[in-house]
Amino acid sequence: MTLATVDRSAEPAILPSRSALSDLFWRRPKFLLVLMLLPPVLWLGIVYLGSLLALLLQSFFSIDEFSGLINREFTLKTYGELLAPSNLDIIVRTVTMAACVTLASAFIAFPIAYYAARYARGKWKALFYLGVMLPLWSSYLVKIYAWKLILAKEGILNWVMAKLHLTWLIEAWLGLPVVGGTSLSLSLSGTFIVFVYVWMPFMILPIQAALERVPSNLLEASSDLGASPGQTFRNVIFPLALPGIVAGSIFTFSLTLGDYIIPQIVGTSRFFIGQAVYAHQGTAGNIPLAAAFSVVPIVIMMVYLWGAKRMGAFDAL
Amino acid sequence: MTPAVTFQQVSRHFGQVRAVDAVDLEIQPGEFFAMLGPSGSGKTTCLRLIAGFEQPTGGHIEIFGESADGVPPYRRNVNTVFQDYALFPHLNVLDNVAYGLMVKRVGKIERLAAAEDALKLVKLPGYGSRRPGQLSGGQRQRVALARALVNKPKVLLLDEPLGALDLKLREQMQEELKELQQSLGITFVFVTHDQGEALSMADRVAVFNDGRIVQVGTPEDIYQRPRTRFVADFVGSSNVVPPDFVQRHAGQSRWGSLRPESIRVGAAGGAGVAARVISSHYLGAATRLALDAEGLRLHAVVPAGVPVPKQGEDVTLSFSPEHLHLMDEAGQ
Amino acid sequence: MRSDRNHRAPLALKIAAGAGLLFMHVPIMLIFVYAFNVEDRTYQWPPPGLTTQWLAVTWNRPDVWQALTLSVKVASISTAIAMVLGTLCAAAVSGSRFFGRETISLLVILPIALPGIITGISLRSAFSLMEIPFSTWTIVLGHATFCIVIVYNNAVARFRRTSGSIVEASMDLGADAFQTFRYVILPNIGTALLVGGMLAFALSFDEVIVTTFTAGQQQTLPIWMLEELVRPRQLPVTNVVAMVVVTVTLLPILIAYYLTRDGDQIAGMGK
Repeated sequence: MTLATVDRSAEPAILPSRSALSDLFWRRPKFLLVLMLLPPVLWLGIVYLGSLLALLLQSFFSIDEFSGLINREFTLKTYGELLAPSNLDIIVRTVTMAACVTLASAFIAFPIAYYAARYARGKWKALFYLGVMLPLWSSYLVKIYAWKLILAKEGILNWVMAKLHLTWLIEAWLGLPVVGGTSLSLSLSGTFIVFVYVWMPFMILPIQAALERVPSNLLEASSDLGASPGQTFRNVIFPLALPGIVAGSIFTFSLTLGDYIIPQIVGTSRFFIGQAVYAHQGTAGNIPLAAAFSVVPIVIMMVYLWGAKRMGAFDAL
Repeated sequence: MTPAVTFQQVSRHFGQVRAVDAVDLEIQPGEFFAMLGPSGSGKTTCLRLIAGFEQPTGGHIEIFGESADGVPPYRRNVNTVFQDYALFPHLNVLDNVAYGLMVKRVGKIERLAAAEDALKLVKLPGYGSRRPGQLSGGQRQRVALARALVNKPKVLLLDEPLGALDLKLREQMQEELKELQQSLGITFVFVTHDQGEALSMADRVAVFNDGRIVQVGTPEDIYQRPRTRFVADFVGSSNVVPPDFVQRHAGQSRWGSLRPESIRVGAAGGAGVAARVISSHYLGAATRLALDAEGLRLHAVVPAGVPVPKQGEDVTLSFSPEHLHLMDEAGQ
Repeated sequence: MRSDRNHRAPLALKIAAGAGLLFMHVPIMLIFVYAFNVEDRTYQWPPPGLTTQWLAVTWNRPDVWQALTLSVKVASISTAIAMVLGTLCAAAVSGSRFFGRETISLLVILPIALPGIITGISLRSAFSLMEIPFSTWTIVLGHATFCIVIVYNNAVARFRRTSGSIVEASMDLGADAFQTFRYVILPNIGTALLVGGMLAFALSFDEVIVTTFTAGQQQTLPIWMLEELVRPRQLPVTNVVAMVVVTVTLLPILIAYYLTRDGDQIAGMGK
C-alpha cells in the first residue's frame, strides 16, 4: 500500500503557523465569542434597547398644557392621565378585543390543527402546512384590503346574504348596542372579524406542534380505560394541547394589542391603544402620553409572557 | 528515542472539576497505546489534549519532542477518529477522505488518488461517491479511519472507535486495526472503557481513574499484577482479598488479588480454604462459581471437562502462593 | 399521534377544518378577481365584467414603481444586515455556553415579541432626540432590527441539528478557523441562512407598522397601499398592486418551504 511505504520520520510533528488570527481564535476562544457577539449586541443594544429606553424615559416627562412644550422633569403625572376615564376606556376596549380575538382564534384554529396533526398524512399534511403558511405570510395590508372589499355595502357579503334572504340578520345584528353600527365595516364587529382573520393563522402551528407531541397510545389508553371520545378530548387531548394554545395566544394577543391600522380602516371612531399612541405622538405632539400609553402593552405582555412561561408554553413555540 | 507523546504534570481543570490531574505519561513511537478507564476518568480529555481540542490548565505536552503549548489542532500532525465518526454530511465519501489534503492545498488529482488509496486500505474501494448517510455504522467507521490515515499522521488518536458497533463487527475491526497499526507503524492512542479491547489490542495500557493514571504497563502487567484494588477490580474480574486473608495465606498484611482461573476447586476436606458454592454460571468453555470462603465472596473458574460442584456443596479452594498478587496500596 | 392512519376523521371535524381553511383562503382569492374588475369606482359584487386593462395602467404608474423600488431596496439591505448579525449571534449562542446567553436570546426576540408600534415609536422618538433626519436608512434601521430574529431562529435550529464534532474534525484534519468556516460551517448552515433570508425579505417587504414611524415622506409599497386604504383614490390600481404584493410575498415562502421540505420546519413563523 502506498500509505505504508511512505517514510514519515522526517515530517515535523508541529506545523508552522499560517494564520496568526486563526491561532489567536483557538488560544482565546472568548475573544472569538466577543468578536461574534459584538456586532449584533451593539446593534440591538443601541438601535433597539436605546430607543426603547428613550421612549420609557419620555413617559416620565410631561407636556405643558399652555405652551404645548415638553417639560423634561421627572413626573408621574402622565401616567396619572392614563387613568382618566376616556383613556381607561381605550385600554379596557383594547384588552377586551385582544381577549375576544384570542378566544375566537383558538376556536377556529383548533379543528384545523387537530385535523392536520391527527389525520393528515403525506401529501395532505404538506398541503395543510402550506395552506396555513401561505395566508399567514400573505401581505398584512392586502388581507385588510380584502375585508374592506368583502364588508363593503355593495360587497360580496351583503350580496350572499341577500341571495340567502338573510339580510334581516345583519340588520338585526347591527342594531345591537356596542357591537353594532351603521354598517359592518363601520362597527366593532367588523374590526373583530378582521382581527381574527389576520391573526388567527398564528394560532394554528403552535397548537399543531403541541398535538403532534401527544403519543397516540395515550389516546388508546384513555379509550381502553372506558373513556368516551368526549371524555378523552376533555381530559387528555385538551390539557395536552393547552400549552400550544397559550403559545399561539401570545401572538394573537400581542399583535391585537399593538395594532392601530385595522381599527383605523375597519371600525368605529373609538380608539384602540395603538391609535391613541399614534395620534398622541403625531398630530397631538404629546410624546410623553404616547410613551406612557405604549408602556401599557409592554406591561400586559410581560405579565402574559410570565404566565405563559409558567404554563410551559415556550416549549410549544 | 524521542517519545511520540510526552505529558509532564498535565492538568485540565473545568472549574472545580479536575478532569485530568497532574498526569505524567510517555507514549513511544510506533506503539499501540490504550487509555482505559470508566467514563469520567479523564481518558478522553487526555486524548483531546493531545489532539489540541482542549488546552491544559497546567503542565506541558510534547509531540515528538516539540512543544504543543499554544498549538491549535490544525497545526498538529496528529489525527483523530471520533467516537461518532464526525463525517461531513455535505460531502461524499471521497471528498470526506480528501478533506485534510484539500485544506493543505494538495492538487485535486493527487488528493483524490490518495483518498482512493486510503479507501482501499480500509477495504472500501469504490465507495467514494456515496454520502455518509448511505453507509452502515461499520462502513462509516472505516471512512473515518481512512480520512485520518490519508494525512499520514505521526500519531493517530482513536476515541472509543468501536463503541457503536455490534460484537461481531467489533471483533473483526479489532483485528484489522491491530494489523493496520503494525503494517503502517504509526503510533496509535486508543481510548476505551472496554478492558478486553484494551488488553487484546494494546502494546501498553494506562488505567485511568479520577483524572489520574493509576497504572501503566503491558496488558500482562495490568492483568496479572494490578497495582491497586481499583485496577484489579476494573481490569477483569479479579478477587480482591483483604489484608487479614493475605496474612493467613502469604504472611503479609497487604491487600491482594487472586484471579478466578488461578483458584483450583477440590473436594471438601482437602488442604486449603474451606468454602461453599453459592451459585454457578455455565459459560460454555468454563463454569464460573460464586463461593463463600471464610466469609469472603470469591469467584473461581472451572474449565470444561472438570467435574463441577453443585450449588450448596462444600469444597476446598487451593492456589499457589505466587498467584496471590500483593498490591502496593489499599487505596483507589 | 401517529398511528391513526386507519381511522377516519369525524365528519364534524372535517367540516370545521375545511371551513377554517376556506375562511383563510377565500378573501385572498377575491383579490385576484378584483384585480381584473371592469368597475373602477365601487367594490360591487359580482363584478360587472373582467378586463386586463388595469395591469397596463398600473405598469405605467411612476409612483407605484418608486414605491416598489424603495421596498425592494429596503428589504434587500435589511435582509443583508439581518443575515450577518443573525448568523453571528446564532453561531455565538450555539457554539458555547456563557453567562448572559439567555439574555441575548431574549434581546434578539424582543423586537417581534413586543407590538410593532412600540418598536416604531421608540425608533421615532430616538431619531427625533438625536435629530436624525428620515431617510431610506432610518427605514432600514428598523427593518433590520426585527429581521435579525428570523435569520437567528433558522440558523439556531440548524446549528442545533449539526453535530459539533464536525467542526473539531475539520480542525483536526488541518483546517484553520477560516477554512473550517468556509468548507464545513457555511455548507452546513447554507440552506438555513437562505431560508432565513427569504423570510426576512418577505417580512421587510410587507412591513407597514414600524415603517410608518421611520419613513418620513418616502413611500414603500405597503405605505402606498395604506394611503389608498385610508383615502381610496384609484381603486383599480390598488387592486392590481394588492395582487402583485400577495404574489411577491408568497414566492419566498414557497421557495423557503421547498428548501426545508425534508428537514426542520421553517423556524420563526411568528413574524
